[in-house]
Amino acid sequence: MIKFDRKRYLRRRILNATVLSISVLTVAFALVFLFWILWTLFSHGFSYLNLSVFTKMTPPPGNAGGLLNAIAGSLYMVTVATLIGTPVGILAATYLAEFGKNGWLAPTTRFINDILLSAPSIVIGLFIYAIAVHSVGHFSGWAGALALSLIVIPVVVRTTENMLQLVPSSLREAAAALGAPQWKVVVMVVYRAARAGMLTGLLLAVARISGETAPLLFTALNNQFWNSDLNGPMSSLAVVIFQFAMSPYEDWQHLAWAGALLITLFVLGLNILARSLFRRGPTSS
Amino acid sequence: MLMANQKMNLGAFLDKVFRNTTLFFAFLVFSIMFGILITLFIASLPALKTFGPSFFISDSWNPVTVQFGGLVPIYGTLVTSLIAMLIGIPLSFGIAVFITELAPVWLKRPLGIAIELLAGIPSIIYGMWGLFVFAPFAADHIQPWINDNLGNLPLIGVVFQGPAMGIGMLTASFILAIMVIPFTSSVMRDVFEIVPPMLKESAYGLGATTWEVVRNIVLPYTKVGVVGGIMLGLGRALGETMAVTFVIGNAHELSASLLMPGNTISSALANEFTEAVGDIYTSSLITLGMTLFVITFVVLALAKLLLLRLSAREGKQT
Repeated sequence: MIKFDRKRYLRRRILNATVLSISVLTVAFALVFLFWILWTLFSHGFSYLNLSVFTKMTPPPGNAGGLLNAIAGSLYMVTVATLIGTPVGILAATYLAEFGKNGWLAPTTRFINDILLSAPSIVIGLFIYAIAVHSVGHFSGWAGALALSLIVIPVVVRTTENMLQLVPSSLREAAAALGAPQWKVVVMVVYRAARAGMLTGLLLAVARISGETAPLLFTALNNQFWNSDLNGPMSSLAVVIFQFAMSPYEDWQHLAWAGALLITLFVLGLNILARSLFRRGPTSS
Repeated sequence: MLMANQKMNLGAFLDKVFRNTTLFFAFLVFSIMFGILITLFIASLPALKTFGPSFFISDSWNPVTVQFGGLVPIYGTLVTSLIAMLIGIPLSFGIAVFITELAPVWLKRPLGIAIELLAGIPSIIYGMWGLFVFAPFAADHIQPWINDNLGNLPLIGVVFQGPAMGIGMLTASFILAIMVIPFTSSVMRDVFEIVPPMLKESAYGLGATTWEVVRNIVLPYTKVGVVGGIMLGLGRALGETMAVTFVIGNAHELSASLLMPGNTISSALANEFTEAVGDIYTSSLITLGMTLFVITFVVLALAKLLLLRLSAREGKQT
């Protein structure tokens, strides 16, 4: 018979309780920072978030103004980047999930795509600077949109591929048995079945690029004035926040906080929307 | 008959077109990586030719005399990321353990979302919060304590001595630590969840405590994946730009103290690139960018390989 060692039992219980309490504390710690950051945004930004933020241009220091040109610039570039990145990402993911079963390209691309997913965004900015700014000779909204699209692509590839893999093969086989060519099977059957998940990926990609600053710093640069020409330097909300927050002028800092609150609400809202879509998505379809 | 034949040919032709289009775009994604590497390498040639390999061990950074070396930002990048991981790993681990082993079912999902929202907050917001809220807080409450209590330690004391300015390497590391939590903890969570319940229940049946199950069953089973998650977080920390740029202090000086301002590759790029005058200056900055890309590539590739190894083993067992 093994003797019951009360001391040892107690020691194990105490160690267990200690470690588990530390685990609870780590969760509390992370949540404290989440709410601290959100609280900071509301307390600093909410009182400056008024109508003129949306109707006036970015002011010179010491004047009243808004963030209209920055918001518009962000919308332009995010839209163009999404329009470029989504088809590229979906088609590449289609190859990975549907056609690339054999061969080296699909696994290698999947691997590289996962690295691109976490690659430093400032390096992507440098890359676009080298190919689309330096060679042309001027900063442009196109370059900014291109840099953002390089961030969209890996997100879309990753989520779309995962969603396509979830579509049961029996659906594809049923369509093929009816005589549908493969492109029809993919476009009309597989894409439809994976629609909700693909949309989730797209929303996550938009959320990701909406807050990106680093890749825009030396591609789209910034612009104090209204500009709807993608061929010239373009302001964006994130870069304006960076510039204004680092400035010594109080009005600029106030606008930066208003912009920061705006951008965070937008990004977190998209994140939550994407998640709620996904929850209903693949299970119901 | 002829009609049907033509239709079939058209179908086969369209199939080929569709297949090759997807192949083309897959190849495009495949080549982005090499495009980045080759482009950055060509753009950094002027600096590499001028300074040679000593670029990576020189700590001079003087735009006036056109003398550049990458040691300070490379050192800053590595040190801030490593300290961020030292703080971030235990936090992520604790969170993953809580969510997988302790939390009641109804709490798992909202908690998971809350932690992932930390990843959703744009990095520039972390930067602003760090500069305007956290740095003053650290200067008043944390750094004096560090100075008093850790600054007198033998040998390593010098690391913790310095003015309580709020900004600096330690503050940057701390903010990075919070930013890597969602990435590292979500990987840990995912790999903890693949542990077969049978194994855990057997251990519980033998009378093991929750911690003993985590320590002796879950961790050994998932250690490859846990390391993969850590590397993934490290990759994120190395490349993070805006949050660090706000609080690092941007000083091209090497100092032993973590309370002193420093610089990282990404913040040097963010601050100086658009103002850099002259080919050598620009090219030196691009060389730094290439170095960062290569370092993160290696770290992320390792992370990916480790996670692949875990899922391969998982596939064999089921």
